[in-house]
Amino acid sequence: MTVATPLASATTSGVGNISRRRSVVWLGLVPFAAYVLLFLAIPAVLAVGSGFFDSTGKFTLANLAAFANPQILQHFWNSIWIAAVTAIAGSVIGAVVCFALLGTKSDGFLRTTVDSASSVLAQFGGVMLAFAFIATIGAQGIITKWLISIGLVQNVFNNFDGKGVLLYQVVGLLIPYLYFQVPLMVLTFMPAMEGLKSTWAEANATLGGTRGTFWLRIGMPILAPAFFGSLILLFANSFSSYATAAALISSQAVITPLDIKQQLTSETVVGVSNTAGVLALGMVIVMIVLMTGYSALQRRASRWQR
Amino acid sequence: MISSNATAELIDPAAVAATTPSPGPIRVSRARFAAEPSNLTRRVILIVVGVVFLVPILAMIEFSLRVGQPVKNVQTYGFAHYLAVFDPANNQAYANLFQGIANSLGICAITVAIVLVLLLPTMIFVELKFPRLRRVLEFICIIPITIPSIVLVVGFVPVYSVVAQIVGSYPWTMAFAVGIIVLPYAYRPIAANLAAVEVVVLSEAGRSLGAGWGQVLLRVILPNLRRGILASCFITVAVVLGEYTIASFLSQNTFQTALLLVQHTDPYVAVIFAVLALVFAFVLLLLIGRLGSLRRGGTRLSRRSA
Repeated sequence: MTVATPLASATTSGVGNISRRRSVVWLGLVPFAAYVLLFLAIPAVLAVGSGFFDSTGKFTLANLAAFANPQILQHFWNSIWIAAVTAIAGSVIGAVVCFALLGTKSDGFLRTTVDSASSVLAQFGGVMLAFAFIATIGAQGIITKWLISIGLVQNVFNNFDGKGVLLYQVVGLLIPYLYFQVPLMVLTFMPAMEGLKSTWAEANATLGGTRGTFWLRIGMPILAPAFFGSLILLFANSFSSYATAAALISSQAVITPLDIKQQLTSETVVGVSNTAGVLALGMVIVMIVLMTGYSALQRRASRWQR
Repeated sequence: MISSNATAELIDPAAVAATTPSPGPIRVSRARFAAEPSNLTRRVILIVVGVVFLVPILAMIEFSLRVGQPVKNVQTYGFAHYLAVFDPANNQAYANLFQGIANSLGICAITVAIVLVLLLPTMIFVELKFPRLRRVLEFICIIPITIPSIVLVVGFVPVYSVVAQIVGSYPWTMAFAVGIIVLPYAYRPIAANLAAVEVVVLSEAGRSLGAGWGQVLLRVILPNLRRGILASCFITVAVVLGEYTIASFLSQNTFQTALLLVQHTDPYVAVIFAVLALVFAFVLLLLIGRLGSLRRGGTRLSRRSA
């Protein structure tokens, strides 16, 4: 008893001390939390929420009428089909590149070069990629000029569909977009590709399978969730990209991000205020659907990546 | 489960070949059954894709070397446009571009500071004191990828009208918005490094040897994390230099917005700087790749602190 009492008091005071220190320790999280609140949470809520308020600050659903505007719908559709085409083509080409890289040393010269080049093109290109394609297939581009020099004065690049330079049309966006989609696929799909165990190929071989049966029966089914996950990521990437399109097509809006730019600088849709907010809401809804699908696929894909 | 990695290594033919003496003439061609492509297939794929991806970059370089209009279909080349950039007579014309570069570098510095002062301590802190919050922190840092920056920008505009009232409208204030965009990129290298180093054990060891928290942080934890920290700083710099969306919406003059402006008056100079920026980002990321491969040389504790 005589021993227990001081011990008990010691522990209780110890607990008190710890809990007090714990509450002080929590303060360490405050700066980052405040930063994220001010510059991520508030802007995100403002962006999505502003569509629900009219110009006088009253709550309204009337702004959603923007989605009845045929022009806005057309641009939304443009955004979606460009994203879909470049995501599908980009993920197939990217997967083939990953296949070609399979078995190379991950810290070798080839892989580090491909990785860095992919990161640059996939994540930081934007405006600069637009310049690259102006220099390649623009009106004065090297390929355009070469086609003219071999006699094709009116060719697919400088007069597409009778509407002038291909690069400045909606369809023309496909080419520069693919230029950052394929590298993104290489970056996101390569880890899954590397998750294929050589033992599986050997098991396949001992059972009499060829490389064809390996890919058809083992490789592709295992990689399918990761592939479709990456495809969704590519779709999202293309859907939300802005810089390349803004650098190429400055005169009129043809896709939703350009619409947002136009709406923020001037209110042009009659009778609808805060259209930018409504468009942002539309984009966020698409992204939420995409990301839900992505995380579901990612869960399936991670089964094989241990 | 635990040994899946080890068995893979044991059965891996390359590893076997390295440890056991060559079994003589019984050599099964590995390419026959392995999942990897044959050397020929690999080369064909990589060369075709590589050439297609090099063309726009080469076209930019070709474009920047053009001098004057072609005479009788013969284009003359030279470094005239490169020299013009540094010609004092053109200072006025390119002042905006150089101002934009200076602004971007300033924003780079502040964004890196945000990563080092806000993100890094929080990550270490969560690892040491609140391991349960690790998932929450990861989730927060991934959010900016799923919200398109064009959407965030709709929210940044009202936030920055408040910021401008408080501190004024300066380019450097943009760093706080860019810091959010950078979060996913900056988070990953540090998180990977944290996962590879036993931070808790190291800090407890340091503490039990009599070091204070400051000493543990500065002389034990940070030296062990320097690769991750360096990688995330590099990638932050690359993202900031390539950032266009936020700058254009907040009407700030940065490298990318200035590039787009100068492109209308002097496309050659715009292309020259675009090539230089792409190469610069490529080198930065290549360095990150080298840092990563050095790490595989063995997880050693910092020698200096030992």
